[in-house]
Amino acid sequence: MNKNEIALHAYQARKTALTGIYNAQSGHPGGSLSICDILSVLYFEVMNVDPANPKMEDRDRFVLSKGHCAPALYAMLAEKGYFPRSDVYTLRQTNSYIQGHPDMKGIPGIDMSTGSLGQGISAANGMALAGKLKDKDYRVYTILGDGELEEGQVWEAAMFAAHYKLDNLTAFVDNNGLQIDGKITDVMNSEPIDEKFRAFGWNVIVIDAHDYDEILDAVNEAKETKGRPTMIVAKSVKGKGVSFMENNPAWHGAAPKKEEFEKAIAELDAVISNLKA
Amino acid sequence: MAEKRATRESYGMALAELGEKYDILVMDADLSKSTKTDMFKKKFPERFINTGIAEGNMMATAAGIATTGRVVFASSFAMFAAGRAFEQIRNSICYPNLNVKIGATHAGISVGEDGASHQCLEDIGIMRTLPNMVIINPADHIEATAAVEAAILHDGPVYLRFGRLAVEQIFDSETYKFELGKGVTISEGTDATIIATGLMVPEAIEAAKLLKNEGIDAGVINIHTIKPIDKDIIAKAAAKTGAIVTAEEHNVIGGLGSAVAEVLCETCPVPMLRVGTQDVFGRSGKPKELLEIYGLTAANIAETVKKAIALKK
Repeated sequence: MNKNEIALHAYQARKTALTGIYNAQSGHPGGSLSICDILSVLYFEVMNVDPANPKMEDRDRFVLSKGHCAPALYAMLAEKGYFPRSDVYTLRQTNSYIQGHPDMKGIPGIDMSTGSLGQGISAANGMALAGKLKDKDYRVYTILGDGELEEGQVWEAAMFAAHYKLDNLTAFVDNNGLQIDGKITDVMNSEPIDEKFRAFGWNVIVIDAHDYDEILDAVNEAKETKGRPTMIVAKSVKGKGVSFMENNPAWHGAAPKKEEFEKAIAELDAVISNLKA
Repeated sequence: MAEKRATRESYGMALAELGEKYDILVMDADLSKSTKTDMFKKKFPERFINTGIAEGNMMATAAGIATTGRVVFASSFAMFAAGRAFEQIRNSICYPNLNVKIGATHAGISVGEDGASHQCLEDIGIMRTLPNMVIINPADHIEATAAVEAAILHDGPVYLRFGRLAVEQIFDSETYKFELGKGVTISEGTDATIIATGLMVPEAIEAAKLLKNEGIDAGVINIHTIKPIDKDIIAKAAAKTGAIVTAEEHNVIGGLGSAVAEVLCETCPVPMLRVGTQDVFGRSGKPKELLEIYGLTAANIAETVKKAIALKK
Protein backbone atom coordinates (compact mmCIF):
# COMPACT_ATOMS: atom_id res chain seq x y z
CA MET A 1 0.00 0.00 0.00
CA ASN A 2 1.31 3.42 -0.99
CA LYS A 3 0.19 5.35 2.08
CA ASN A 4 1.18 8.65 0.55
CA GLU A 5 -1.13 8.04 -2.40
CA ILE A 6 -3.96 6.88 -0.09
CA ALA A 7 -3.55 10.02 2.02
CA LEU A 8 -3.49 12.26 -1.05
CA HIS A 9 -6.79 10.84 -2.28
CA ALA A 10 -8.30 11.12 1.20
CA TYR A 11 -7.31 14.78 1.60
CA GLN A 12 -8.21 15.70 -1.97
CA ALA A 13 -11.61 14.04 -1.37
CA ARG A 14 -12.04 16.17 1.76
CA LYS A 15 -11.45 19.27 -0.36
CA THR A 16 -13.84 18.12 -3.09
CA ALA A 17 -16.58 17.23 -0.60
CA LEU A 18 -16.27 20.53 1.26
CA THR A 19 -16.32 22.48 -2.01
CA GLY A 20 -19.58 20.79 -3.00
CA ILE A 21 -21.10 21.52 0.41
CA TYR A 22 -19.88 25.12 0.32
CA ASN A 23 -21.28 25.73 -3.18
CA ALA A 24 -24.66 24.27 -2.20
CA GLN A 25 -24.54 25.94 1.23
CA SER A 26 -26.03 22.63 2.32
CA GLY A 27 -24.76 19.20 3.33
CA HIS A 28 -23.00 17.26 6.07
CA PRO A 29 -19.29 18.10 6.44
CA GLY A 30 -18.52 16.55 9.85
CA GLY A 31 -19.29 12.90 9.09
CA SER A 32 -18.07 13.24 5.51
CA LEU A 33 -14.61 14.29 6.69
CA SER A 34 -14.43 11.46 9.23
CA ILE A 35 -14.84 8.64 6.66
CA CYS A 36 -12.45 9.81 3.91
CA ASP A 37 -9.50 7.70 5.08
CA ILE A 38 -11.58 4.51 5.18
CA LEU A 39 -13.01 5.28 1.73
CA SER A 40 -9.56 5.91 0.30
CA VAL A 41 -8.22 2.55 1.51
CA LEU A 42 -11.34 0.76 0.24
CA TYR A 43 -11.35 2.34 -3.22
CA PHE A 44 -7.59 2.44 -3.84
CA GLU A 45 -6.34 -0.67 -2.04
CA VAL A 46 -9.18 -3.09 -1.42
CA MET A 47 -12.22 -3.09 -3.69
CA ASN A 48 -12.42 -4.74 -7.08
CA VAL A 49 -14.28 -2.05 -9.03
CA ASP A 50 -13.94 -0.51 -12.48
CA PRO A 51 -14.92 3.14 -13.05
CA ALA A 52 -15.23 2.35 -16.77
CA ASN A 53 -17.76 -0.37 -15.98
CA PRO A 54 -19.59 0.71 -12.81
CA LYS A 55 -22.13 -2.13 -13.03
CA MET A 56 -19.50 -4.87 -13.58
CA GLU A 57 -21.34 -8.00 -12.50
CA ASP A 58 -18.96 -9.46 -9.97
CA ARG A 59 -17.58 -6.21 -8.60
CA ASP A 60 -17.20 -5.63 -4.90
CA ARG A 61 -20.08 -3.54 -3.58
CA PHE A 62 -20.13 -0.50 -1.34
CA VAL A 63 -23.19 0.80 0.52
CA LEU A 64 -23.03 4.08 2.40
CA SER A 65 -25.54 3.25 5.11
CA LYS A 66 -24.91 6.68 6.66
CA GLY A 67 -26.10 8.18 3.38
CA HIS A 68 -25.90 11.81 4.49
CA CYS A 69 -22.12 11.59 4.13
CA ALA A 70 -22.55 11.21 0.39
CA PRO A 71 -20.23 14.17 -0.35
CA ALA A 72 -17.26 12.07 0.81
CA LEU A 73 -18.36 9.10 -1.30
CA TYR A 74 -18.93 11.25 -4.39
CA ALA A 75 -15.55 12.87 -3.86
CA MET A 76 -13.83 9.46 -3.60
CA LEU A 77 -15.67 8.19 -6.71
CA ALA A 78 -14.32 11.28 -8.48
CA GLU A 79 -10.80 10.43 -7.24
CA LYS A 80 -11.29 6.95 -8.68
CA GLY A 81 -12.40 8.38 -12.03
CA TYR A 82 -16.13 7.69 -12.13
CA PHE A 83 -16.81 11.35 -12.93
CA PRO A 84 -14.90 14.64 -12.71
CA ARG A 85 -14.41 16.44 -9.39
CA SER A 86 -16.24 19.41 -10.86
CA ASP A 87 -19.45 17.34 -10.93
CA VAL A 88 -19.22 16.99 -7.14
CA TYR A 89 -18.99 20.78 -6.94
CA THR A 90 -22.64 20.81 -8.15
CA LEU A 91 -23.79 18.72 -5.15
CA ARG A 92 -27.42 19.28 -4.10
CA GLN A 93 -28.05 21.85 -6.83
CA THR A 94 -31.30 21.77 -8.77
CA ASN A 95 -29.96 20.83 -12.17
CA SER A 96 -27.24 18.46 -10.96
CA TYR A 97 -27.37 14.65 -10.94
CA ILE A 98 -25.27 14.71 -7.76
CA GLN A 99 -28.13 14.25 -5.30
CA GLY A 100 -28.13 15.14 -1.61
CA HIS A 101 -28.08 11.45 -0.73
CA PRO A 102 -26.73 8.51 -2.78
CA ASP A 103 -28.90 7.71 -5.83
CA MET A 104 -28.00 4.45 -7.55
CA LYS A 105 -30.15 5.17 -10.60
CA GLY A 106 -28.50 8.41 -11.57
CA ILE A 107 -24.96 8.39 -10.20
CA PRO A 108 -22.25 6.05 -11.55
CA GLY A 109 -20.56 3.95 -8.87
CA ILE A 110 -23.41 4.14 -6.36
CA ASP A 111 -24.47 0.57 -5.58
CA MET A 112 -27.45 1.42 -3.37
CA SER A 113 -29.67 4.41 -2.81
CA THR A 114 -29.51 5.35 0.85
CA GLY A 115 -30.22 8.27 3.12
CA SER A 116 -32.83 6.89 5.49
CA LEU A 117 -30.71 5.53 8.31
CA GLY A 118 -30.65 1.83 9.15
CA GLN A 119 -31.63 0.61 5.69
CA GLY A 120 -28.24 0.49 3.99
CA ILE A 121 -26.87 -2.29 6.17
CA SER A 122 -29.92 -4.41 5.30
CA ALA A 123 -29.35 -3.82 1.59
CA ALA A 124 -25.66 -4.71 2.03
CA ASN A 125 -26.79 -7.96 3.69
CA GLY A 126 -29.01 -8.66 0.68
CA MET A 127 -26.09 -8.15 -1.71
CA ALA A 128 -23.85 -10.38 0.42
CA LEU A 129 -26.45 -13.14 0.69
CA ALA A 130 -27.21 -13.01 -3.04
CA GLY A 131 -23.48 -13.42 -3.70
CA LYS A 132 -23.23 -16.43 -1.42
CA LEU A 133 -26.27 -18.09 -2.98
CA LYS A 134 -24.56 -17.92 -6.39
CA ASP A 135 -21.08 -18.81 -5.08
CA LYS A 136 -19.75 -15.42 -6.14
CA ASP A 137 -16.55 -14.26 -4.53
CA TYR A 138 -17.33 -10.56 -4.49
CA ARG A 139 -17.32 -8.80 -1.12
CA VAL A 140 -19.66 -6.16 0.26
CA TYR A 141 -18.55 -3.13 2.29
CA THR A 142 -20.73 -0.70 4.19
CA ILE A 143 -20.22 2.23 6.56
CA LEU A 144 -22.69 3.06 9.32
CA GLY A 145 -22.74 5.99 11.69
CA ASP A 146 -22.60 5.52 15.44
CA GLY A 147 -25.77 7.60 15.75
CA GLU A 148 -27.33 5.37 13.08
CA LEU A 149 -26.97 2.44 15.48
CA GLU A 150 -29.92 3.93 17.38
CA GLU A 151 -32.18 2.74 14.53
CA GLY A 152 -33.72 -0.62 15.49
CA GLN A 153 -33.35 -1.92 11.95
CA VAL A 154 -29.55 -1.98 12.38
CA TRP A 155 -29.96 -4.69 15.00
CA GLU A 156 -32.43 -6.65 12.88
CA ALA A 157 -29.78 -6.55 10.17
CA ALA A 158 -27.04 -7.45 12.67
CA MET A 159 -28.99 -10.58 13.62
CA PHE A 160 -29.58 -11.42 9.98
CA ALA A 161 -25.92 -11.10 8.93
CA ALA A 162 -24.75 -13.38 11.73
CA HIS A 163 -27.60 -15.87 11.20
CA TYR A 164 -26.79 -16.23 7.50
CA LYS A 165 -23.02 -16.27 8.22
CA LEU A 166 -22.31 -13.40 5.85
CA ASP A 167 -18.52 -13.55 6.06
CA ASN A 168 -18.38 -11.71 2.71
CA LEU A 169 -19.73 -8.61 4.47
CA THR A 170 -17.43 -6.08 6.11
CA ALA A 171 -19.12 -3.23 7.94
CA PHE A 172 -17.58 -0.15 9.51
CA VAL A 173 -19.01 2.05 12.23
CA ASP A 174 -17.75 5.59 11.86
CA ASN A 175 -17.43 5.98 15.61
CA ASN A 176 -16.94 9.73 15.91
CA GLY A 177 -19.07 9.97 19.04
CA LEU A 178 -21.31 12.79 17.81
CA GLN A 179 -24.76 13.08 16.26
CA ILE A 180 -26.89 16.09 15.32
CA ASP A 181 -28.16 16.82 18.80
CA GLY A 182 -24.82 16.32 20.53
CA LYS A 183 -22.72 13.52 22.00
CA ILE A 184 -23.92 9.98 21.31
CA THR A 185 -23.49 9.24 25.00
CA ASP A 186 -25.84 12.14 25.88
CA VAL A 187 -28.48 11.77 23.17
CA MET A 188 -28.90 7.96 23.13
CA ASN A 189 -25.95 5.87 24.07
CA SER A 190 -25.11 3.23 21.44
CA GLU A 191 -21.94 2.23 23.30
CA PRO A 192 -20.39 -0.24 23.92
CA ILE A 193 -20.57 -0.86 20.17
CA ASP A 194 -17.92 -3.58 20.04
CA GLU A 195 -19.53 -5.67 22.79
CA LYS A 196 -22.97 -5.34 21.24
CA PHE A 197 -21.86 -6.63 17.83
CA ARG A 198 -19.80 -9.40 19.46
CA ALA A 199 -22.93 -10.46 21.34
CA PHE A 200 -24.79 -10.52 18.01
CA GLY A 201 -22.23 -13.01 16.66
CA TRP A 202 -19.96 -10.72 14.64
CA ASN A 203 -16.21 -10.67 14.42
CA VAL A 204 -15.35 -7.23 15.82
CA ILE A 205 -12.16 -5.22 15.31
CA VAL A 206 -11.57 -1.81 16.88
CA ILE A 207 -9.26 0.53 14.96
CA ASP A 208 -8.17 4.13 14.50
CA ALA A 209 -10.25 5.34 11.52
CA HIS A 210 -7.41 7.57 10.33
CA ASP A 211 -4.59 4.99 10.43
CA TYR A 212 -4.21 3.44 6.97
CA ASP A 213 -2.35 0.35 8.22
CA GLU A 214 -5.01 -0.38 10.81
CA ILE A 215 -7.79 0.02 8.24
CA LEU A 216 -6.11 -2.33 5.77
CA ASP A 217 -5.16 -4.89 8.42
CA ALA A 218 -8.75 -4.97 9.68
CA VAL A 219 -10.13 -5.43 6.16
CA ASN A 220 -7.68 -8.27 5.57
CA GLU A 221 -8.64 -9.91 8.85
CA ALA A 222 -12.30 -9.66 7.78
CA LYS A 223 -11.49 -11.40 4.50
CA GLU A 224 -9.89 -14.27 6.39
CA THR A 225 -12.70 -14.57 8.94
CA LYS A 226 -15.04 -17.40 7.98
CA GLY A 227 -18.62 -18.00 9.09
CA ARG A 228 -19.17 -14.54 10.59
CA PRO A 229 -19.56 -10.99 9.32
CA THR A 230 -17.00 -8.46 10.51
CA MET A 231 -17.72 -5.12 12.16
CA ILE A 232 -14.83 -2.69 12.19
CA VAL A 233 -15.44 -0.11 14.90
CA ALA A 234 -13.45 2.80 13.54
CA LYS A 235 -12.68 5.40 16.19
CA SER A 236 -12.80 8.60 14.21
CA VAL A 237 -12.66 12.34 14.58
CA LYS A 238 -15.74 14.08 13.25
CA GLY A 239 -14.62 16.87 10.93
CA LYS A 240 -11.16 15.27 10.56
CA GLY A 241 -8.68 17.46 8.71
CA VAL A 242 -10.28 20.84 9.35
CA SER A 243 -9.21 22.07 12.79
CA PHE A 244 -12.26 24.13 13.67
CA MET A 245 -14.67 21.40 12.53
CA GLU A 246 -13.03 18.61 14.48
CA ASN A 247 -15.12 17.11 17.31
CA ASN A 248 -17.74 19.83 17.01
CA PRO A 249 -21.34 18.61 16.50
CA ALA A 250 -22.27 22.03 15.09
CA TRP A 251 -20.61 20.87 11.84
CA HIS A 252 -22.80 17.79 11.49
CA GLY A 253 -25.07 19.39 8.95
CA ALA A 254 -23.92 22.96 8.45
CA ALA A 255 -22.16 24.43 5.42
CA PRO A 256 -19.14 26.70 5.91
CA LYS A 257 -19.37 30.41 5.16
CA LYS A 258 -16.84 32.00 2.78
CA GLU A 259 -14.09 32.74 5.32
CA GLU A 260 -14.56 29.36 7.00
CA PHE A 261 -14.41 27.59 3.66
CA GLU A 262 -11.23 29.41 2.67
CA LYS A 263 -9.63 28.57 6.00
CA ALA A 264 -10.62 24.92 5.67
CA ILE A 265 -9.28 24.67 2.12
CA ALA A 266 -6.04 26.33 3.21
CA GLU A 267 -5.59 23.73 5.96
CA LEU A 268 -6.30 20.85 3.58
CA ASP A 269 -4.04 22.34 0.89
CA ALA A 270 -1.21 22.51 3.41
CA VAL A 271 -1.55 18.77 4.11
CA ILE A 272 -1.76 18.01 0.40
CA SER A 273 1.38 20.08 -0.32
CA ASN A 274 3.28 18.21 2.37
CA LEU A 275 2.12 14.87 0.98
CA LYS A 276 3.20 15.88 -2.53
CA ALA A 277 6.58 17.06 -1.28
CA MET B 1 -67.26 -25.90 -9.85
CA ALA B 2 -63.71 -25.72 -8.55
CA GLU B 3 -63.22 -25.77 -4.79
CA LYS B 4 -63.00 -22.51 -2.89
CA ARG B 5 -59.46 -21.31 -2.33
CA ALA B 6 -57.93 -18.29 -0.60
CA THR B 7 -55.77 -16.13 -2.85
CA ARG B 8 -52.93 -16.42 -0.28
CA GLU B 9 -52.93 -20.15 -1.07
CA SER B 10 -52.89 -19.35 -4.79
CA TYR B 11 -49.82 -17.20 -4.04
CA GLY B 12 -47.99 -20.07 -2.35
CA MET B 13 -48.98 -22.53 -5.06
CA ALA B 14 -47.94 -20.15 -7.84
CA LEU B 15 -44.55 -19.48 -6.23
CA ALA B 16 -43.91 -23.21 -5.85
CA GLU B 17 -44.87 -23.82 -9.46
CA LEU B 18 -43.13 -20.79 -10.97
CA GLY B 19 -39.99 -21.59 -9.00
CA GLU B 20 -39.37 -24.29 -11.62
CA LYS B 21 -39.52 -21.81 -14.47
CA TYR B 22 -37.94 -18.70 -12.91
CA ASP B 23 -34.88 -18.27 -10.68
CA ILE B 24 -36.86 -16.37 -8.03
CA LEU B 25 -36.04 -15.97 -4.35
CA VAL B 26 -38.76 -15.87 -1.72
CA MET B 27 -38.49 -14.12 1.65
CA ASP B 28 -40.83 -14.25 4.61
CA ALA B 29 -40.89 -12.76 8.09
CA ASP B 30 -41.88 -15.80 10.18
CA LEU B 31 -45.34 -16.13 8.62
CA SER B 32 -44.61 -18.70 5.92
CA LYS B 33 -47.31 -21.07 7.13
CA SER B 34 -49.91 -18.30 6.91
CA THR B 35 -48.70 -16.53 3.76
CA LYS B 36 -48.28 -20.01 2.23
CA THR B 37 -44.74 -19.34 1.10
CA ASP B 38 -43.93 -22.57 2.96
CA MET B 39 -45.06 -24.34 -0.22
CA PHE B 40 -42.11 -22.74 -2.00
CA LYS B 41 -39.82 -23.36 0.97
CA LYS B 42 -40.53 -27.10 0.93
CA LYS B 43 -39.68 -27.35 -2.76
CA PHE B 44 -36.81 -24.86 -2.95
CA PRO B 45 -35.32 -24.52 0.54
CA GLU B 46 -32.08 -23.07 -0.87
CA ARG B 47 -34.04 -20.19 -2.42
CA PHE B 48 -36.13 -19.37 0.64
CA ILE B 49 -34.96 -16.75 3.16
CA ASN B 50 -36.63 -16.26 6.52
CA THR B 51 -35.81 -12.92 8.12
CA GLY B 52 -37.61 -13.62 11.35
CA ILE B 53 -40.10 -11.05 12.63
CA ALA B 54 -38.41 -8.04 11.04
CA GLU B 55 -40.41 -6.70 8.11
CA GLY B 56 -38.49 -3.46 7.60
CA ASN B 57 -35.23 -5.39 7.48
CA MET B 58 -36.81 -7.87 5.07
CA MET B 59 -37.81 -5.15 2.59
CA ALA B 60 -34.41 -3.44 2.56
CA THR B 61 -32.61 -6.79 2.36
CA ALA B 62 -34.84 -7.74 -0.59
CA ALA B 63 -33.80 -4.46 -2.21
CA GLY B 64 -30.14 -5.36 -1.80
CA ILE B 65 -30.74 -8.77 -3.34
CA ALA B 66 -32.59 -7.17 -6.26
CA THR B 67 -29.61 -4.91 -7.02
CA THR B 68 -27.72 -8.07 -8.02
CA GLY B 69 -30.25 -8.77 -10.77
CA ARG B 70 -32.50 -11.30 -9.05
CA VAL B 71 -36.27 -11.23 -8.71
CA VAL B 72 -37.24 -11.55 -5.06
CA PHE B 73 -40.62 -11.88 -3.35
CA ALA B 74 -40.95 -10.42 0.16
CA SER B 75 -43.96 -11.79 2.01
CA SER B 76 -45.88 -10.80 5.10
CA PHE B 77 -49.35 -9.76 6.16
CA ALA B 78 -50.54 -6.61 4.36
CA MET B 79 -50.55 -4.76 7.68
CA PHE B 80 -46.84 -5.34 8.31
CA ALA B 81 -45.74 -5.17 4.67
CA ALA B 82 -47.45 -1.95 3.57
CA GLY B 83 -47.84 -0.55 7.07
CA ARG B 84 -44.81 -1.30 9.17
CA ALA B 85 -42.32 -1.45 6.31
CA PHE B 86 -43.70 1.49 4.31
CA GLU B 87 -40.60 3.60 4.49
CA GLN B 88 -38.26 0.77 3.51
CA ILE B 89 -40.54 0.08 0.54
CA ARG B 90 -40.46 3.75 -0.39
CA ASN B 91 -36.78 4.51 0.00
CA SER B 92 -35.05 1.18 -0.62
CA ILE B 93 -37.40 -0.37 -3.22
CA CYS B 94 -39.51 2.21 -5.07
CA TYR B 95 -37.04 5.11 -5.24
CA PRO B 96 -34.33 2.95 -6.87
CA ASN B 97 -37.09 1.07 -8.79
CA LEU B 98 -35.85 -2.36 -7.76
CA ASN B 99 -37.31 -5.70 -8.75
CA VAL B 100 -38.91 -6.58 -5.44
CA LYS B 101 -42.37 -8.17 -5.44
CA ILE B 102 -44.29 -7.72 -2.22
CA GLY B 103 -46.65 -10.59 -1.44
CA ALA B 104 -49.07 -9.06 1.05
CA THR B 105 -51.54 -11.59 2.41
CA HIS B 106 -54.34 -11.28 4.98
CA ALA B 107 -55.50 -7.97 3.54
CA GLY B 108 -58.87 -6.52 4.47
CA ILE B 109 -61.65 -7.13 6.95
CA SER B 110 -62.00 -10.81 5.97
CA VAL B 111 -58.97 -11.60 8.14
CA GLY B 112 -61.79 -12.06 10.65
CA GLU B 113 -61.12 -13.13 14.21
CA ASP B 114 -57.71 -11.44 14.60
CA GLY B 115 -59.50 -8.11 14.59
CA ALA B 116 -58.61 -4.50 13.81
CA SER B 117 -54.85 -4.70 14.49
CA HIS B 118 -54.48 -7.22 11.65
CA GLN B 119 -57.22 -6.07 9.25
CA CYS B 120 -55.34 -3.87 6.83
CA LEU B 121 -57.77 -1.50 5.11
CA GLU B 122 -55.23 1.14 4.14
CA ASP B 123 -52.60 -0.69 2.11
CA ILE B 124 -53.86 0.18 -1.37
CA GLY B 125 -54.00 3.84 -0.39
CA ILE B 126 -50.51 3.80 1.09
CA MET B 127 -48.92 1.90 -1.79
CA ARG B 128 -50.74 3.91 -4.47
CA THR B 129 -48.89 7.08 -3.51
CA LEU B 130 -45.50 5.55 -4.31
CA PRO B 131 -43.94 6.29 -7.71
CA ASN B 132 -42.86 3.13 -9.62
CA MET B 133 -45.21 0.89 -7.61
CA VAL B 134 -47.64 -1.45 -9.38
CA ILE B 135 -50.60 -2.75 -7.31
CA ILE B 136 -52.49 -5.95 -8.14
CA ASN B 137 -55.51 -7.11 -6.13
CA PRO B 138 -56.71 -10.41 -7.63
CA ALA B 139 -60.24 -11.74 -7.21
CA ASP B 140 -59.83 -15.50 -7.34
CA HIS B 141 -57.40 -18.38 -7.68
CA ILE B 142 -57.04 -18.10 -11.44
CA GLU B 143 -56.39 -14.37 -11.36
CA ALA B 144 -54.04 -14.60 -8.36
CA THR B 145 -51.97 -17.28 -10.04
CA ALA B 146 -51.69 -15.22 -13.21
CA ALA B 147 -50.84 -12.11 -11.19
CA VAL B 148 -47.81 -13.77 -9.60
CA GLU B 149 -46.31 -14.59 -12.99
CA ALA B 150 -47.17 -11.11 -14.31
CA ALA B 151 -45.31 -9.66 -11.32
CA ILE B 152 -42.22 -11.73 -12.15
CA LEU B 153 -42.30 -10.54 -15.75
CA HIS B 154 -42.80 -6.87 -14.83
CA ASP B 155 -39.54 -4.98 -14.34
CA GLY B 156 -39.92 -3.04 -11.08
CA PRO B 157 -41.71 -3.18 -7.74
CA VAL B 158 -45.12 -4.82 -7.48
CA TYR B 159 -47.50 -4.97 -4.51
CA LEU B 160 -49.63 -8.12 -4.66
CA ARG B 161 -52.64 -8.14 -2.35
CA PHE B 162 -54.05 -11.48 -1.24
CA GLY B 163 -56.80 -12.57 1.13
CA ARG B 164 -57.07 -15.12 3.92
CA LEU B 165 -60.65 -16.13 3.17
CA ALA B 166 -61.36 -19.02 0.77
CA VAL B 167 -63.22 -17.62 -2.26
CA GLU B 168 -65.16 -19.05 -5.19
CA GLN B 169 -63.36 -19.45 -8.46
CA ILE B 170 -65.04 -17.01 -10.83
CA PHE B 171 -62.75 -17.18 -13.86
CA ASP B 172 -62.19 -20.03 -16.30
CA SER B 173 -58.59 -21.18 -16.42
CA GLU B 174 -58.96 -22.09 -20.11
CA THR B 175 -60.05 -18.64 -21.27
CA TYR B 176 -58.64 -16.29 -18.62
CA LYS B 177 -55.94 -13.91 -19.81
CA PHE B 178 -54.21 -11.51 -17.41
CA GLU B 179 -53.05 -8.18 -18.78
CA LEU B 180 -51.26 -5.93 -16.31
CA GLY B 181 -52.99 -2.56 -16.12
CA LYS B 182 -56.08 -3.66 -18.02
CA GLY B 183 -59.54 -3.76 -16.49
CA VAL B 184 -61.86 -6.61 -17.42
CA THR B 185 -65.46 -6.11 -18.51
CA ILE B 186 -67.36 -8.97 -16.93
CA SER B 187 -70.76 -7.82 -18.16
CA GLU B 188 -72.03 -4.82 -20.09
CA GLY B 189 -74.80 -2.63 -18.70
CA THR B 190 -76.74 0.48 -19.66
CA ASP B 191 -77.99 2.02 -16.38
CA ALA B 192 -74.84 1.96 -14.22
CA THR B 193 -71.44 0.27 -13.89
CA ILE B 194 -70.09 -1.47 -10.81
CA ILE B 195 -66.30 -1.32 -10.68
CA ALA B 196 -65.00 -3.89 -8.23
CA THR B 197 -61.72 -5.40 -7.10
CA GLY B 198 -60.63 -8.53 -5.25
CA LEU B 199 -63.13 -10.11 -2.91
CA MET B 200 -65.84 -7.68 -4.06
CA VAL B 201 -65.85 -8.90 -7.68
CA PRO B 202 -68.15 -11.90 -7.06
CA GLU B 203 -70.36 -9.65 -4.89
CA ALA B 204 -70.57 -7.16 -7.76
CA ILE B 205 -71.57 -9.93 -10.17
CA GLU B 206 -74.26 -11.03 -7.71
CA ALA B 207 -75.41 -7.42 -7.25
CA ALA B 208 -75.89 -7.07 -11.00
CA LYS B 209 -78.13 -10.16 -10.93
CA LEU B 210 -80.18 -8.73 -8.05
CA LEU B 211 -80.60 -5.48 -9.98
CA LYS B 212 -81.60 -7.29 -13.16
CA ASN B 213 -84.50 -8.82 -11.22
CA GLU B 214 -85.63 -5.27 -10.51
CA GLY B 215 -85.26 -4.23 -14.14
CA ILE B 216 -81.98 -2.35 -13.66
CA ASP B 217 -79.19 -3.10 -16.13
CA ALA B 218 -75.83 -2.67 -14.37
CA GLY B 219 -72.52 -3.64 -15.93
CA VAL B 220 -69.58 -5.07 -13.97
CA ILE B 221 -65.89 -4.28 -14.41
CA ASN B 222 -63.11 -6.08 -12.58
CA ILE B 223 -60.07 -3.95 -11.79
CA HIS B 224 -57.26 -6.30 -10.74
CA THR B 225 -54.50 -3.74 -11.38
CA ILE B 226 -55.27 -0.75 -9.20
CA LYS B 227 -52.07 0.99 -10.28
CA PRO B 228 -51.57 1.78 -13.08
CA ILE B 229 -55.36 1.91 -13.39
CA ASP B 230 -57.15 1.34 -16.69
CA LYS B 231 -58.45 4.86 -17.35
CA ASP B 232 -60.04 4.00 -20.69
CA ILE B 233 -62.33 1.28 -19.43
CA ILE B 234 -63.50 3.52 -16.57
CA ALA B 235 -64.11 6.59 -18.76
CA LYS B 236 -65.96 4.55 -21.36
CA ALA B 237 -68.19 2.90 -18.74
CA ALA B 238 -68.97 6.31 -17.25
CA ALA B 239 -69.82 7.78 -20.66
CA LYS B 240 -72.01 4.82 -21.53
CA THR B 241 -73.90 4.23 -18.27
CA GLY B 242 -73.70 7.63 -16.55
CA ALA B 243 -73.33 6.25 -13.01
CA ILE B 244 -70.53 4.41 -11.25
CA VAL B 245 -70.32 2.43 -8.01
CA THR B 246 -66.98 1.12 -6.77
CA ALA B 247 -66.68 -1.86 -4.43
CA GLU B 248 -63.59 -2.83 -2.48
CA GLU B 249 -62.52 -4.50 0.76
CA HIS B 250 -60.61 -1.39 1.81
CA ASN B 251 -61.24 2.02 3.28
CA VAL B 252 -63.19 4.16 0.77
CA ILE B 253 -60.39 6.70 1.30
CA GLY B 254 -57.33 6.00 -0.79
CA GLY B 255 -58.25 2.76 -2.48
CA LEU B 256 -60.08 1.76 -5.65
CA GLY B 257 -62.88 4.25 -5.01
CA SER B 258 -60.42 7.11 -4.81
CA ALA B 259 -58.53 5.90 -7.87
CA VAL B 260 -61.72 5.68 -9.92
CA ALA B 261 -62.91 9.08 -8.67
CA GLU B 262 -59.64 10.62 -9.81
CA VAL B 263 -60.12 9.17 -13.28
CA LEU B 264 -63.76 10.26 -13.49
CA CYS B 265 -63.03 13.82 -12.36
CA GLU B 266 -60.41 14.21 -15.06
CA THR B 267 -62.17 12.39 -17.89
CA CYS B 268 -65.93 11.96 -17.56
CA PRO B 269 -67.52 13.26 -14.35
CA VAL B 270 -70.69 11.32 -13.54
CA PRO B 271 -72.45 10.47 -10.26
CA MET B 272 -70.36 7.99 -8.33
CA LEU B 273 -70.67 6.22 -4.97
CA ARG B 274 -68.19 4.04 -3.10
CA VAL B 275 -68.75 0.77 -1.28
CA GLY B 276 -65.98 -0.10 1.16
CA THR B 277 -65.25 0.37 4.82
CA GLN B 278 -66.35 3.89 5.72
CA ASP B 279 -63.16 5.22 7.33
CA VAL B 280 -63.46 3.02 10.40
CA PHE B 281 -61.35 0.27 11.94
CA GLY B 282 -62.52 -3.33 11.85
CA ARG B 283 -63.25 -5.71 14.72
CA SER B 284 -63.09 -9.40 15.57
CA GLY B 285 -65.66 -11.78 14.13
CA LYS B 286 -66.33 -14.37 11.48
CA PRO B 287 -65.35 -13.04 8.04
CA LYS B 288 -68.81 -13.42 6.51
CA GLU B 289 -70.44 -11.67 9.47
CA LEU B 290 -67.95 -8.83 9.29
CA LEU B 291 -68.50 -8.41 5.55
CA GLU B 292 -72.22 -8.03 6.33
CA ILE B 293 -71.63 -5.54 9.17
CA TYR B 294 -69.38 -3.35 7.03
CA GLY B 295 -71.67 -3.49 4.00
CA LEU B 296 -69.33 -5.43 1.76
CA THR B 297 -72.15 -7.44 0.21
CA ALA B 298 -74.02 -7.83 -3.06
CA ALA B 299 -77.15 -6.44 -1.42
CA ASN B 300 -75.42 -3.24 -0.31
CA ILE B 301 -73.74 -2.81 -3.69
CA ALA B 302 -77.16 -3.18 -5.38
CA GLU B 303 -78.73 -0.60 -3.06
CA THR B 304 -75.82 1.76 -3.68
CA VAL B 305 -76.23 1.38 -7.45
CA LYS B 306 -79.87 2.50 -7.12
CA LYS B 307 -78.75 5.57 -5.19
CA ALA B 308 -76.13 6.38 -7.83
CA ILE B 309 -78.71 6.06 -10.60
CA ALA B 310 -81.02 8.40 -8.65
CA LEU B 311 -78.22 10.98 -8.60
CA LYS B 312 -78.24 11.10 -12.40
CA LYS B 313 -81.46 13.12 -12.39
